[in-house]
Amino acid sequence: MPKIKSLEELRKLREETIKSMRVRKSTSTKITVGMGTCGIAAGAREVMHAILDELEKRKIDANVITVGCIGLCAEEPLVTIERGGQPGITYGKINVEKVPKLIEEHLIKGDIIDEWVISRG
Amino acid sequence: MALYRAHVIVSIDSFSILKGAIEVKDTLIDKLKKYKLDQEVKVLEMSTLGQIKDVPVILIYPEKVVYAPVKVEDIDEIVEEHLLKGRVVKRLIKELPWLPKKPKLEEARIVLSNAGLIDPELIEEYIANDGYVALGKVVKEMKPDEVLEVIENSNLLGRGGAAFPTGLKWKFTRKAKGEPKYIIANADESEPGTFKDRLILEGDPHRIIEAMVIAGFAVGSHIGYIYIRGEYALVIERIKNAINQAHNMGFLGENIFGSDFNFEIKIHKGAGAYVCGEETALIESIEGKRGEPRTRPPYPPTYGLWGKPTVVNNVETFANVPPIIRNGPDWFKRFGTERCSGTKVYTILGNINNKGLIEVPMGISLRDVINIYGDGIPGDKKFKLAQTGGTSGSIIPESMLDVPMDYASMMEAGAALGSGALLICDETNCIVDLLKPLTHFFNYESCGKCVPCRVGTTKIYKIIERISRGGGLNTDISMLEDISKTMAATSLCGLGQAAAVPVLSAIKHFRGEIETHIFDKICPLGVCKI
Ligand SMILES: Cc1cc2nc3c(=O)[nH]c(=O)nc-3n(C[C@H](O)[C@H](O)[C@H](O)COP(=O)(O)O)c2cc1C
Ligand code: SF4
Repeated sequence: MPKIKSLEELRKLREETIKSMRVRKSTSTKITVGMGTCGIAAGAREVMHAILDELEKRKIDANVITVGCIGLCAEEPLVTIERGGQPGITYGKINVEKVPKLIEEHLIKGDIIDEWVISRG
Repeated sequence: MALYRAHVIVSIDSFSILKGAIEVKDTLIDKLKKYKLDQEVKVLEMSTLGQIKDVPVILIYPEKVVYAPVKVEDIDEIVEEHLLKGRVVKRLIKELPWLPKKPKLEEARIVLSNAGLIDPELIEEYIANDGYVALGKVVKEMKPDEVLEVIENSNLLGRGGAAFPTGLKWKFTRKAKGEPKYIIANADESEPGTFKDRLILEGDPHRIIEAMVIAGFAVGSHIGYIYIRGEYALVIERIKNAINQAHNMGFLGENIFGSDFNFEIKIHKGAGAYVCGEETALIESIEGKRGEPRTRPPYPPTYGLWGKPTVVNNVETFANVPPIIRNGPDWFKRFGTERCSGTKVYTILGNINNKGLIEVPMGISLRDVINIYGDGIPGDKKFKLAQTGGTSGSIIPESMLDVPMDYASMMEAGAALGSGALLICDETNCIVDLLKPLTHFFNYESCGKCVPCRVGTTKIYKIIERISRGGGLNTDISMLEDISKTMAATSLCGLGQAAAVPVLSAIKHFRGEIETHIFDKICPLGVCKI
């Protein structure tokens, strides 16, 4: 690693590191991925990886959390997005291809993709 | 840097290691690989937040779930249930009893602000928490005199026991003639029942390095020593690692922050004598001589290591320096009392529910520490006494529980805060039985250089020992008082002076109980075998 020669360089390194430690800070956005046996079988793990990649690419602050089966096995993989203390929106049958659009619409534009929603609140 | 969805923190500190924390961590890493979770779950090491009973601790972010104590056999369940399926393992959940019940404590974490929250092996995590900003500010934007001014205005008092103003000590050293000058961090921590410096160093080693370099810049020194108690293997390892990392990033060595300021830090391992924590004995020991205290004056700021001007500060004292530089002296003075700014780190032991480490503002009463932070005394037992400041501290009865704990108020009340060990004893403890190991300790640790301490500690132990056997003489109490007062007045160093303190305070507050041992040949609590 190159030596730090100024406070400016130190600040830059600090910002970069904070990003990688983000998971330990609470953010106002929580993304929950259903990770029961049913979810995993339906590809929930790949979906979660795609979400992490997308967040990293677009520099979005969010906590990604996995939960067990909530009893809607037919709709898996399930992804719930909660923002700023608002009730969560749950999307069903999310696959890797749908993730970029989901993040783009819901987290960047703030639009809910109605046809994918299976429950609100 | 890759984004992980979860951080799993394993407590790796001396207490946890003894209970298998390394095995727990290794098993965890293996299991994560097996389930292919290693790309999304990151494992980090951390020192504890201060709790020492239920270890190892595993803390999982972002959910902030705490599992403790965790055994190797529990890892399967944690990985499969929590990390794979997202179901919290209720069986292992631990509330954080050592965390503040009062929101006040959270704000009061100055020294321990990083301990248990960052990985001490990674310099980046220290940097993410404002690490080395103070050093950058000092070498790039300040003059040495300005640094001295800030430290002096902050009212920072030494945390190693004697409460000497740190700013003044640095100023004396800067002004003293003689080159080179030295900075020494006293991490000998040989006071029984005290382990705060160990946890500070294990949890946040870079903070002490940063502070020592700042001290070097302020007083005009280019070389520092960390004198570490030899038994502190993990501290030594972490400090070595931190020194290397700081070198690589240009915070140590030549041209620090690209400036023309140079500073090096060397590690010196202590060999276990209590007296070597005394600053002049410590200096003798670094010089390769027998660790005996010097006659003072001259004091280390004028005549220290190799006869040169030297700053010796306690680890906790140094730990306060970077935040003071970053936030300014007025910020620091907002914590604590008017005469004693800042916080104090205490180790609480004995008959108390939450044993461990806490940091509270100066001036909190012992009653609050016991009831709020220590969560009270186990069972339905009543408080009998506390000993503050380790073996050499005073014995405090119920009637003094409300004295604000800061250096000045405690001194006025005839007690001492010392290094910050708090031993809590309930009503089942006998005062004579308590004094026995204490006086034995001083008898054993006296270095023998001066007569009052060499002879006095032996005599005192013999007297206490015979009282505990039912062989006490009618004159024993006045004899104890005479010897103790002579030791306090004439011993060469703090060891002999302080050895008198527990004895005199015990006589003052529990004379009746000692007299019953002597005159009635009875131990009222049935503890001593008479
Ligand atoms: C017998 C004896 C043991 C001591 N042990 C320690 C110790 O383990 N750590 C420490 O910091 N100071 C210890 N001290 C106090 C040191 O002499 C010195 O006052 C202190 O390191 C100064 O640092 P400070 O101004 O930051 O408190 C001891 C003093 C005596 C008399
Ligand atoms: S007081 Fe005790 S420890 Fe200190 S120099 Fe004298 S004999 Fe040694």
